[in-house]
Amino acid sequence: MRDLYETQRAMRNVRKAAMQRGVIAILDVGTSKIACLVLRFDGPGRLAQVEGIGALAGQSQFRVIGAATTRSRGVRFGEIDAMQETERAIRTAVQAAQKMAEVRVDHVIACFSGARPRSYGLDGAVDVDSGIVTEADISRVLASCDVPDFGHDRDVLHAQPVNFALDHRSGMADPRGQVGNRLATDLHLMTVDATAIRNLFFCIKRCDLELAGLASSAYVAGVSSLVEDEQELGAACVDLGGGTTGISVFMKKHMIYSDAVRMGGDHVTGDISMGLQVPMQTAERIKTFYGGVMATGMDDREMIEIGGDTGDWERDRRTVSRAELIGIMRPRIEEILEEVRARLDAAGFEHLPSQQIVLTGGGSQVPGLDGLAAKILGQQVRLGRPLRVQGLPQAATGPAFSVAVGCALFAAHPQDEWWDFDIPAETYPARSLKRAVKWFKDNW
Amino acid sequence: MRTMTAPRTRPLRDPAPSKWGYRWQRWMLTPGVRTGLRIGVPTLVLALAAGAWASNDTNRAMIIGRYDQLKAAIQHRPEFMVAGLAITGADEELASTVTELVPVKFPISSFDLDLEAMRAKVAGLAAVKDVYVRVGDAGALEIGITPRQPVALWRTAEGLRLIDSEGVFAGNVAQRAERRDLPLIAGEGAEDNIDEALALFRSAAPIAERVRGLVRIGNRRWDMVLDRDQRIQLPSEGPVAALDRVIGLEQSQDLLARDVALVDVRNPNRPTVRLQRDAVAATRNAVTTGANN
Repeated sequence: MRDLYETQRAMRNVRKAAMQRGVIAILDVGTSKIACLVLRFDGPGRLAQVEGIGALAGQSQFRVIGAATTRSRGVRFGEIDAMQETERAIRTAVQAAQKMAEVRVDHVIACFSGARPRSYGLDGAVDVDSGIVTEADISRVLASCDVPDFGHDRDVLHAQPVNFALDHRSGMADPRGQVGNRLATDLHLMTVDATAIRNLFFCIKRCDLELAGLASSAYVAGVSSLVEDEQELGAACVDLGGGTTGISVFMKKHMIYSDAVRMGGDHVTGDISMGLQVPMQTAERIKTFYGGVMATGMDDREMIEIGGDTGDWERDRRTVSRAELIGIMRPRIEEILEEVRARLDAAGFEHLPSQQIVLTGGGSQVPGLDGLAAKILGQQVRLGRPLRVQGLPQAATGPAFSVAVGCALFAAHPQDEWWDFDIPAETYPARSLKRAVKWFKDNW
Repeated sequence: MRTMTAPRTRPLRDPAPSKWGYRWQRWMLTPGVRTGLRIGVPTLVLALAAGAWASNDTNRAMIIGRYDQLKAAIQHRPEFMVAGLAITGADEELASTVTELVPVKFPISSFDLDLEAMRAKVAGLAAVKDVYVRVGDAGALEIGITPRQPVALWRTAEGLRLIDSEGVFAGNVAQRAERRDLPLIAGEGAEDNIDEALALFRSAAPIAERVRGLVRIGNRRWDMVLDRDQRIQLPSEGPVAALDRVIGLEQSQDLLARDVALVDVRNPNRPTVRLQRDAVAATRNAVTTGANN
């Protein structure tokens, strides 16, 4: 875990360097598409000076100057499956975005959805020596968290302190400088498969880019599509992607739980393809044009020419009614939502004060999905679109880009993570050296 | 019934840049390279073209010739021409010397005049104390001379010289008769004490007709030489007062009109008079004959 700490710290330094240069790229490596945004940071935004407007989560600091999307290749379930293919896809997206931005980007913040994320809630407590909480105390309390044995093949992607408690007071965001005796913290730890991270690292390195940060796309989708009240009071963001469906639960502006269902829009397309005996591309097209989840009487009469393209144009003039299409799509979407429901139940979502559920991602564009989701997930369901950021092209404002936009926000305003604090001195390997110096000082 | 507008599925096109294409594009988007291409390449091309053209000797000669021509055309505009010489503050003799000294053929462009050298040359003349040389109004080369004012003649082994009040050499004189108006001094160190000498000459105004000059003795004190080989030896301290006493004696008792060879006032407490050799004998005769009684 030590080397990961170093890696993450190194990435933070790279991010700082990129901020100084002012240009950074956002890469959303998804199963169905790879999106690349080029951001330009030019100091605090114009809006910051106006009274009554807060920091806006940092989105007034940057401007999107390049955006490109390409069909994803070689990615399955949000994990890199065929490295060369993915590398080519990343190159395509980055090149197009650079061309639009007319500037070269060297630093990239990537997010990905798969790799079996798993959430852990950790807690730790230490006695405050000096009576006043200092940064060193926070480092110590974070280091005192009892890290579970999540296996050697998994890496920590996020480790965010979500709560601090000082003596009997809990729910503190920043205990520094406060007086108390015992400092306790809750840490949300999210681990993913180490191989997935390594593959992504390698792919990005092969594209001559430097990684300035990594994020889970479930998390960043929540950052961009949940409004502030929802993040504060408790809400779940369901990111219906191509290969996976990411779930992130927010509370008090921190992600407290994250999970992913390994099913998504591609599975719906696969079902259509199998059910109607058409190629995947045709199935994708039919899904996006005529897809739905609530059949009405009208849909029985609406016939869709599916054009099997079997080469027998004279005889292969099959048509299906839209009701049939919905009949194929609905069970799969229901299954996904049921699975999401199960994950949320397992996480204890019903205990949150507010149980808002926000559906976002490309899969949330299916007409009638909010009605179906309300039946399965509960009444407080809405469809979410990403926050508006400056300079984002109209084509990239849909819910399919909530991950990319969220990652941009994450780049502008990253949350404090465990590796943003120094390692406490007593666990430092150079301690023996310090002791030697002390011995010299004492004896000479 | 709705129909699919383009149901045909072609083989998927994945337009991905090649690795080298990607690198090339990134390289071209590097700010330094972009600037270099926008500014550096045109500059280089222009520089190469200019260099190739200038490598031809005739071209270079043409450029140089054109440049000289243009330069001359500007320098010989009437605004820059100098038509004549105007010498101020000098007498005729000095003016003619200066005119000879400044060999300029008029009209001439003011760019071709070396005023510094001219000024140095004129300032080198003995009779010139200070001089300014400038191109003044109406295209005249003005030479303004402040001449040295000779206040005395100085007789040296080489001849008669004019010196001004600072004791600086101001010209030669062939004969004493040329400058009767100036007093004459001589002796070693005379030129360094010209102020004292002039004061003595002023004091000697009542007997100016008879004064022939002052001689500096041993670079220490003055002897005033009168005609009839008379001589007044003055002290090194307070010579003017001593001379005044002698003048007083002359006016009251006609001292110098008598047959006196030397009036020695070097010691103010004991002024001494030496008679002429013949006068001594005559006096002695008179005493013996009792002529005066």
